[in-house]
Amino acid sequence: MRNALAFLRNTWRGLTAMRTALSLLFLLALGAMPGALLPQRSLNSPKVVEYIDQHGWWGRLLDKMQFFDVYGSVWFAAIYVLLFVSLVGCLLPRTLDYYRQSRAKPVLTPRNLSRMPHHASSTADTTAEEVITSAKSVLRGWRTVEREEADGARSISAERGFLREAGNLVFHFALLGMLVAFALGKMFGYEGQVIVQAGGGQFCNSGVFNYDSFKPGLRVDGTQLSPFCVKVDDFHASYLANGQAESFLAGISYQSGDDLSSGTWRPYPLKVNDPLRTAGDRVYLLGHGYTPKFTVTFPNGATRTGAVQWKPVDPITLLSEGATKFDPPQITDSQERRRNQLAITGLLAPSAVFSGTLLSSNFPEARKPAVAIDVLRGDLGNDSGRGQSIFSIDQSMVDSGRLKKVARQNLEVGQQVKLDDGTVIRFDGVDDWVSLQVAHDPTQVWVLGFAVLIILGLGTSLVVKRRRVWVRAVPQHDGRTLVEVGGLARTDQAGYGEEFVGLARELLGVTGSQGRVPATSAVRSGRPGVGVPQDKES
Amino acid sequence: MPVNETLATYSDWTYNSAVAVYVLAMVFYLCEQAFGRVAKKSSQEARELVAVGGGGSEVVVTTAASPAPGRVIREERSRAERLGRMGAALTVLGAVLHGGSLVLRGVATGRAPWGNMYEYGALLCLAAVVTWLVLMRKYSVRRLGAFVLLPIVILMFLGGTVLYTNAAPVQPALQSYWLVIHVSVISASSGILLVPGIVSVLYLLKNANERNPERLVKITRKLPAADVLDRLAYRTTIFGFPLYTVGIICGAIWAEAAWGRFWGWDPKETTAFVAWVVYAAYLHARATAGWRGSGAAWINVLGFAVSVFNLFFINLVTAGLHSYAGVG
Repeated sequence: MRNALAFLRNTWRGLTAMRTALSLLFLLALGAMPGALLPQRSLNSPKVVEYIDQHGWWGRLLDKMQFFDVYGSVWFAAIYVLLFVSLVGCLLPRTLDYYRQSRAKPVLTPRNLSRMPHHASSTADTTAEEVITSAKSVLRGWRTVEREEADGARSISAERGFLREAGNLVFHFALLGMLVAFALGKMFGYEGQVIVQAGGGQFCNSGVFNYDSFKPGLRVDGTQLSPFCVKVDDFHASYLANGQAESFLAGISYQSGDDLSSGTWRPYPLKVNDPLRTAGDRVYLLGHGYTPKFTVTFPNGATRTGAVQWKPVDPITLLSEGATKFDPPQITDSQERRRNQLAITGLLAPSAVFSGTLLSSNFPEARKPAVAIDVLRGDLGNDSGRGQSIFSIDQSMVDSGRLKKVARQNLEVGQQVKLDDGTVIRFDGVDDWVSLQVAHDPTQVWVLGFAVLIILGLGTSLVVKRRRVWVRAVPQHDGRTLVEVGGLARTDQAGYGEEFVGLARELLGVTGSQGRVPATSAVRSGRPGVGVPQDKES
Repeated sequence: MPVNETLATYSDWTYNSAVAVYVLAMVFYLCEQAFGRVAKKSSQEARELVAVGGGGSEVVVTTAASPAPGRVIREERSRAERLGRMGAALTVLGAVLHGGSLVLRGVATGRAPWGNMYEYGALLCLAAVVTWLVLMRKYSVRRLGAFVLLPIVILMFLGGTVLYTNAAPVQPALQSYWLVIHVSVISASSGILLVPGIVSVLYLLKNANERNPERLVKITRKLPAADVLDRLAYRTTIFGFPLYTVGIICGAIWAEAAWGRFWGWDPKETTAFVAWVVYAAYLHARATAGWRGSGAAWINVLGFAVSVFNLFFINLVTAGLHSYAGVG
């Protein structure tokens, strides 16, 4: 039992020692680094898959060791939890100490002030009483205590810079608070992305299935999303001559709160860097792209129009790829339907240039849209039970021969292609789509608050300096008074030299007759030598 | 807003002249190093004496290390010292040209002149030079000038050649007043932190020499004492570090408005965090027994190395949200 207690005590001491904290800080830095060098699932999961494929056993090993989810990994959590436990263990006694210190009186004046790192003395014509009174007025703003000593001498102990430790404590507690707020935000927050067609497309934050992708916090089940709706009325982009984007603007309307029941839409110009903040959520404009519109006229005369977003593959020219899929109309037999499904897949260029029949885009704006498409007919695999990307066709259906290519054609706006069975596909042009991100983080204001405290605490703890100064007035036999001043810098000794010289001159100058200090006075200000007490800080 | 090509060209010219002037300043500093007498430890105390004695008071000051208390020494300036002073003057001239080139670039493009890596590097170097000028005024450490200017000149040379980007407007993601705040603060604090990085390297050299006087004699003979270098590094770091913290927090606030979250472990964010932790470790190391001195200095150098890594590797090699280098 005693051994166990001793073990616990030693562990605790070891953990809260400065040396350990320092090692943990290094580990934290070291542990965070792989996240910048290796692809991370949270940022780019396809890249992680690619990396693992390329690196074989090494990739799989890294994956097992959670190197692709560094910031959610067990070992990273272990580092920061240990660090913060160590921090708490360091902070609690320090807070107590600080509380005691803030109520304690400044320490006794040392017997021999000339042994202090900083020292000055002179002889004044005034009485000790007067010396002390005027010294007190110089030391306004310092915490002072006046003492009468055995041999009739009088002294003042003065201390300054208590805020330094306060700032230091605030800084460290704010770090703790920030970590807690951050963690809570990760638990109760969510983030989702959705593509909405410009020109009237709507999105309502009523359920996770309205999103294209949704990342819930650990305690979010998707039933309690903040209710609001967004309608994208239009989208404008402007570009420089070299194709660099100059501005994006999505004109949206939104409704939340009472507006949902009254049906009121409020307009909002949604821009990059300027999210819509409503109902406790934020809506961001993340990106945009084009939706090609195709009209298919089937042999029986029925027409269908398809408008599905294609995704940009070149971020500069917005050359896009995608797949627009059709079910044949008026066919109820599922076997028959699955033989006649259509898919239009290929490339879309907003500003088309052809080299031969090869399509590419030379500008991101929809100046001269064109598509280079393959038309496939057969079974799209929609009923296969497998999930399918809206941007591509199920390649396995092509490989198994159930989906066959029936045409390949370049189309500009208004042009059409006729298939072997008489079906006509016309390219009608393009619409804009915008990609929106919805984010919810209930504690981010707390994080900001702690961040402000961190800055204030840090600034205070580095600017404020702890200083001690003592004044002793010893009555002499001739009626004059020997005045001694001693100084000790408790933190950051550098710079106390000049400061002390000034202060001592003031203390001595005021006490001297008519502000003149007799030539016998001496001010010494040097670096503290070995053995001079210094404070340690954590 | 169209770019004013004339002003942009003038900006490039002033940038190039600034680099040239810095190189010249380095030559002068090196001459002072080469021809000057060995720095005596008392030089700093001598300054203190002058300061106190010149105050019109008769207070006699005794300093622990001063052999002749109270004697105000005013020597003829040696030729080497005159060279060093010319070097300092040239550094000021270089900084003025340097600042001018940034202002011209800003006017030419009609935006804050730190929207790509070339401009960022220029601002960072200006901050480092200004920091150096301030330090030179406060402490008698002019002899270190060449060492401090060397990485600055290298950075500016790389900026002007490899990383150079034509003056142009920035993309929508950067069109925010946070560009003015976040980038300037980060860049300035990185520039300030460059100086302690260099000074810590010098400290390590000098410290090795002080432990074993036969080592590194040629390089360290004319460096200030190790504890002076240590204090110089510390005081600059405690100025740069809070500023760097403010910069990161401003970045988080901007990220909240631009990317939908205030922190997302983007490679740049991660490396900035790592550098922050390293500098925090430096401050702790200076208060930990066994880590004071060279341990702390190594950590400061490491912090500097992480910042350089963050600037070059993360910007140019890694793909992240901060890919605004405008290179390639």
